[in-house]
Amino acid sequence: MSLLEVKNLTISFGGLRAVDDFNIEIKEGQLYGLIGPNGAGKTTVFNLLTGVYKPNEGIIRLDGRDITGLKTMDINKAGIARTFQNIRLFKALSVLDNVKAGLHNTYHYSTIEGILRLPSYFKVEKEMNERAMDLLKVFDLDGEADYLAANLPYGKQRKLEIARALATNPKLLLLDEPAAGMNPNETGELMDTIRFVRDEFKMTILLIEHDMKLVSGICEELTVLNFGRVLMQGKTSTVLNDPQVITAYLGE
Amino acid sequence: MNKMSKKFPGKMNKISKNNFITYLLVLVLYIVIQVLLATGNVSSLMEGLLVPLCIYVMLAVSLNLTVGILGELSLGHAGFMCVGAFSGAFFSKCINGAMPDALRFIIALLIGALMAGIFGILIGIPVLRLKGDYLAIVTLAFGEIIKNLVNVMYIGRDGNGFHFSMKDFLSLNMEADGEVIVNGAQGITGTPHDANFTIGVVLIFLSLVIVLNLIHSRAGRAIMSIRDNRIAAESIGINITKYKLMAFSISAAIAGVAGVLYAHNLSTLTALPKNFGYNMSIMILVFVVLGGIGNIRGSIISAIVLTLLPELLRGLSDYRMLIYAIVLIVMMLFNWSPKANEWKEQVKEKYFSRRVSKGKGVK
Repeated sequence: MSLLEVKNLTISFGGLRAVDDFNIEIKEGQLYGLIGPNGAGKTTVFNLLTGVYKPNEGIIRLDGRDITGLKTMDINKAGIARTFQNIRLFKALSVLDNVKAGLHNTYHYSTIEGILRLPSYFKVEKEMNERAMDLLKVFDLDGEADYLAANLPYGKQRKLEIARALATNPKLLLLDEPAAGMNPNETGELMDTIRFVRDEFKMTILLIEHDMKLVSGICEELTVLNFGRVLMQGKTSTVLNDPQVITAYLGE
Repeated sequence: MNKMSKKFPGKMNKISKNNFITYLLVLVLYIVIQVLLATGNVSSLMEGLLVPLCIYVMLAVSLNLTVGILGELSLGHAGFMCVGAFSGAFFSKCINGAMPDALRFIIALLIGALMAGIFGILIGIPVLRLKGDYLAIVTLAFGEIIKNLVNVMYIGRDGNGFHFSMKDFLSLNMEADGEVIVNGAQGITGTPHDANFTIGVVLIFLSLVIVLNLIHSRAGRAIMSIRDNRIAAESIGINITKYKLMAFSISAAIAGVAGVLYAHNLSTLTALPKNFGYNMSIMILVFVVLGGIGNIRGSIISAIVLTLLPELLRGLSDYRMLIYAIVLIVMMLFNWSPKANEWKEQVKEKYFSRRVSKGKGVK
């Protein structure tokens, strides 16, 4: 059964159909790529999937459950976590606290328990610290746990964003241009990390990317968007060699 | 695992150490002032300033929760103080004599906190949908509205129970034995004088415990994550409305407690522009900004310095406010100018160089 099922997803801004009749099916454990030229509507699709925008038409099903029109917060609780094209970290918080914020809905104690510093506070905080450090270790960020997020170098900020998203314990992880602004070495490292996340956390991943090396290297299937419409869908190697796709990217 | 467990105590200690210094600061100041009082080194003018000082510290700490931790500019803090002051004083006036004084005062404090907190939620629901300047303007209006409402409120009590009017004292239609409790612009007179310096310091401690413990808890992280990036906070499943309201109402409740303290320090409680107007709100904001937004200890220090300064400078008579203004400007520059920050970093690195991360936030 497919984990994510999207049917006829459509949204218009004024007269512009930013996403038009978008369909996708992603199976559990898949590494799926969403590509297309600038302005094709890829990030809009992410914003629709995470409830930032409400679709005009269409249905989004996660694990069989209809999540269309839910609030961003509830969609995250249902199991979709994301990163952003322009990094959105909690800059004035430490690296560790960024991940602990991601654990917000996994570990509970009430605000009163927190203010009165009851034993449950110390117990749960300790568990949160341990879990957060484990996640940071996966991304090789455990050495910088005390740093302010704003002081991390660019590549590590991207990684921290993924760690924070994973902390919410999602079923589906959306990565919006994870390799943007990275050099080839960093991109190579990132590819390993993404594969590792998929295998280690049994994660299903949908990613937007312009770096074709990364896309062809790790994505099993692709959907190509152009002017808000699906241009092509299928196996990575087939899609990338399709003349229509090449034209869309490189022009006539 | 091992490396980690070694790391954590260190981190927890850093936070608790920081908080500990803040508590210690208040305690030391309290002891110093008590010693000065006992040895008769405090003028009666200064002595009269001690309770207001506690009130200002509480207001600054609580406003810092809204401005520094939640990241929303509120200009109506005096309004919440006003709500607390009048509800607390009203309760004390009604009960006076029917309950032991200590118990009555504690309940008055709780009622003040509760009422201000409820107003915080009621005002917060519509207001927190706004951002930045708009939120500041609406909260400013709220403060003024509260003050003016209180000024036209008449409440009396006789054998038949409570009477309420917004016109004048005669329209309360009370029997001969009736007693006016809230008398419009004349406010509440004859509130018992319960406040003293020690109670003020105890209340500061309680506010500090609530605010500091809140900041370093699950809820505090949620509040700060909303401040740093609302969209990202939503994307990791944080309930924006809930935590915004929580911070706002806790901040209001502490201001309410400060108000109750204020009401029980005066024999006559009236809502004037001087005490509950926007001037007051802005003065509290000045404490917060100068002490450092988000820096609780800074709020305490700047509230104390800026309250005592005009009194200490009294000897300079005419030049008093001039010096006050200069101090404000210097403090502002010291806290906020990039050059001053650079210099502070250098000093920090030179004398406390343990681990200052060099990395700049690359965008």
